[in-house]
Amino acid sequence: MSEIAQGFGLVFQSDVLLAILFASIYGLIVGAVPGLTATMATALLVPITFYLPPIAAIGAIISSSAMAIFSGDIPGALLRIPGTPASAAYTDEAYAMTRKGRPELALGIGLWFSALGGIFGTLALMALAPPLASMALRFSTFEYFWLAFLGLMCATLVSRSSPVKAIASMLLGLLVSCIGIENPAGTPRFTFGNTNLLGGIEVIPALVGVFAVSEVMRAMLTAEPPKPERRRLGSILAGQWALTKQYPKQQFRGNIIGVLIGVLPGAGADIAAWVAYSVSKRFSKEPQKFGTGHPEGLIESGSGNNSALAAGWVPALLFGIPGDTITAIAIGVLYMKGLNPGPTLFTEQASSMYALYIIFILANILMIPLGIAMIRASSHVLRAPRASVMPVIVLLCAVGAFATGNNLFAVLTVAAFGVIGYVMERNGYPVAAMVLGIIMGTMVEQNLVTSIMKSDGSIIPFFNRPVAAVLAAMTIAALLWPVAAWGLKRVRAQAA
Amino acid sequence: MASRTRREILVGGGALAAAAAVGAGSASAQAYPTRPITIICPWGAGGGTDATARIVASVMERELKQPVNVVNRTGGSGVVGHAAIAAAPPDGYTLGIVTVEISMMHWQGLTELKPDSYTPLALMNEDPPGIQVNAASPYKTVKELADAIKKAPHGSLKASGTGQGGIWHLALVGWLTAMGLKPDHVRWVPLNGAAPAMQDLAAGGLDLVTCSVPEARAIIEAGKARSLAVMAAERNPAFKDVPTLKEAMGIDYTTGAWRGFTAPKGLPPAIANTLTAALKKVNESKEYHEFMNNRGFGIRWADATGFAKFMDEGNKAMGVAMKAAGLAKG
Repeated sequence: MSEIAQGFGLVFQSDVLLAILFASIYGLIVGAVPGLTATMATALLVPITFYLPPIAAIGAIISSSAMAIFSGDIPGALLRIPGTPASAAYTDEAYAMTRKGRPELALGIGLWFSALGGIFGTLALMALAPPLASMALRFSTFEYFWLAFLGLMCATLVSRSSPVKAIASMLLGLLVSCIGIENPAGTPRFTFGNTNLLGGIEVIPALVGVFAVSEVMRAMLTAEPPKPERRRLGSILAGQWALTKQYPKQQFRGNIIGVLIGVLPGAGADIAAWVAYSVSKRFSKEPQKFGTGHPEGLIESGSGNNSALAAGWVPALLFGIPGDTITAIAIGVLYMKGLNPGPTLFTEQASSMYALYIIFILANILMIPLGIAMIRASSHVLRAPRASVMPVIVLLCAVGAFATGNNLFAVLTVAAFGVIGYVMERNGYPVAAMVLGIIMGTMVEQNLVTSIMKSDGSIIPFFNRPVAAVLAAMTIAALLWPVAAWGLKRVRAQAA
Repeated sequence: MASRTRREILVGGGALAAAAAVGAGSASAQAYPTRPITIICPWGAGGGTDATARIVASVMERELKQPVNVVNRTGGSGVVGHAAIAAAPPDGYTLGIVTVEISMMHWQGLTELKPDSYTPLALMNEDPPGIQVNAASPYKTVKELADAIKKAPHGSLKASGTGQGGIWHLALVGWLTAMGLKPDHVRWVPLNGAAPAMQDLAAGGLDLVTCSVPEARAIIEAGKARSLAVMAAERNPAFKDVPTLKEAMGIDYTTGAWRGFTAPKGLPPAIANTLTAALKKVNESKEYHEFMNNRGFGIRWADATGFAKFMDEGNKAMGVAMKAAGLAKG
């Protein structure tokens, strides 16, 4: 008990609270700029943490990354530009809601369910860290292969187009992910001797291109729509409580999916958002409403990505294994500050651990007032004339892409994928499915090839390891379900 | 805090342009340096190389009385950033942190750049590979593991630590060759870095991992893995119980992943001496030692001449090892 009191004492210091406040504002701003991710927000904080005391340093990282994941929803909902990859899964849904004249509802859902998801993830971290971590350590490449394969199958669920076109887009994404040298054989593929292509196509520039630049191109071809009447944005939190009561199952399921995926090293908030959105649609009573500005999927995936963020700290704190790219950076800071990850952190430095939990909860509560201010400020964008907004978007895309590697090639990638995205959407191919292919392609290939190398070519370990068997059964069931449903319909039709 | 970070983004991007514009007139008039210096890091923000570059930059700033900014030029598995360092103007305002890959990538035909494409300034760090096994593994010493490897059929044991042809792969190849075995007697499973390899070792998917001991540290301290030996001349002070290969089995094989600072080729000697002197001060500073010890990174110092010799020898040894392992091209 005294350790909890000590934890509170460690957090409620002026320097720690100031660090949390400034890092939160900073995270909100970075996350809202397309191309600048939560990972980058964290990385840029590292030199500053050199000068901060340990708890303030970790507090700054926790709060800036939580804010950045939420504020990635803002440009997604207002302009159809996902601020971070974790928002890409439901950008179209949120944007559709804005076009129906309800931006405050879309952003309110993002804010409210992000904060609740973050708190849920923290509770999971507090209560279940050791069992969750031992589950994560049972994941070898065999299990990751099935997980990635399941992720790929979300492609047909996240889009409103025909399943065939969704699968074609996803396969195009897989082809893009083949580019470069970062494959199991370490052999350059599709690089044409170009040094820049050796590293492959990065997800962020591709994402910004297909969503944002293609949207700008489309806007240039259509007449400016009539301005929405000048009115103040309605209350942002109004109605959230009603939604919480209306969709408790979706919220809870999203949180659970987020925690389970977030705790796995190598799968983070972005994959959690895709899976949560697809699960939501698959089990919804009104799946036909998805993609038209329907709150259900937003609730589930918004809950999922923020709870994944907190759960990602479980393997990081217990084993020093990063749950995602953000915790990979945080581990370095933990070492530097003498809070070496490992089971002893929970026993010998228990008061510091309680301090971390308190910061997590504090950051998610602070998210609500700061988020409301941020949403109000950024909503002015909707009233600005399109002729001035579009060039600024292109500029932001270019700057954001350049910042990912200080490399002009990323800017060219944005431009190229803008054109690809435009052509695809004109012909009814969903770009979200292609982005999914790019994100998951490397993971599927890497884990398949290394698994087969480890088993000397045998595929038996894909099925006889307990966790792998469960995941395999889920994958095969999901694959066969549409076929079975179609067959059943035929039989019934004949009987009638 | 926010403003400082934003400054870094802007300065990072604009530094080269600004440097070219301001520098031409004033550089000759006053003593070097008269304006901010940029350090190019070929690896991503948040990693070990990035962290090293940033701590060195912050101490150098004090020595040179000018801002020193770190810019990450990532992509192409390090090729892009290494190329950017070599292509910068040799005026002392753009430096770079160069890593062991510069002595490997050209053998694989990925780039024309070699260690002698740069003006060496100083070697700052080297981390030797360790040999790690699962905590439940029957091998208590590296000798027992080596005997088991010799008895095992070709390719039946699996190891990892990084991708195909990466530094830790070469470490395994070097060790196997030193024992008189074929380079692929233990099969290499390419994984995306040391952290996934250590996780797979703990999950029971691999027999051994040859990454550096600091990279394996958390899993070892969690009681899920053991380190049996390091391929270094001396033990790591942070891991005193882990013997060297020479102590444990009389094999005198050492290698390591190193990081050093370089400038573009053709840097005037006076500027190079100023920079090497500043890096020497960094190497002697308390902050640098504290940082490296906390992270468990090995400190290894060599001045410009020593660094040139070190890279040249490492480069030749790498060529031999990579040809033997069939990883070199042509």
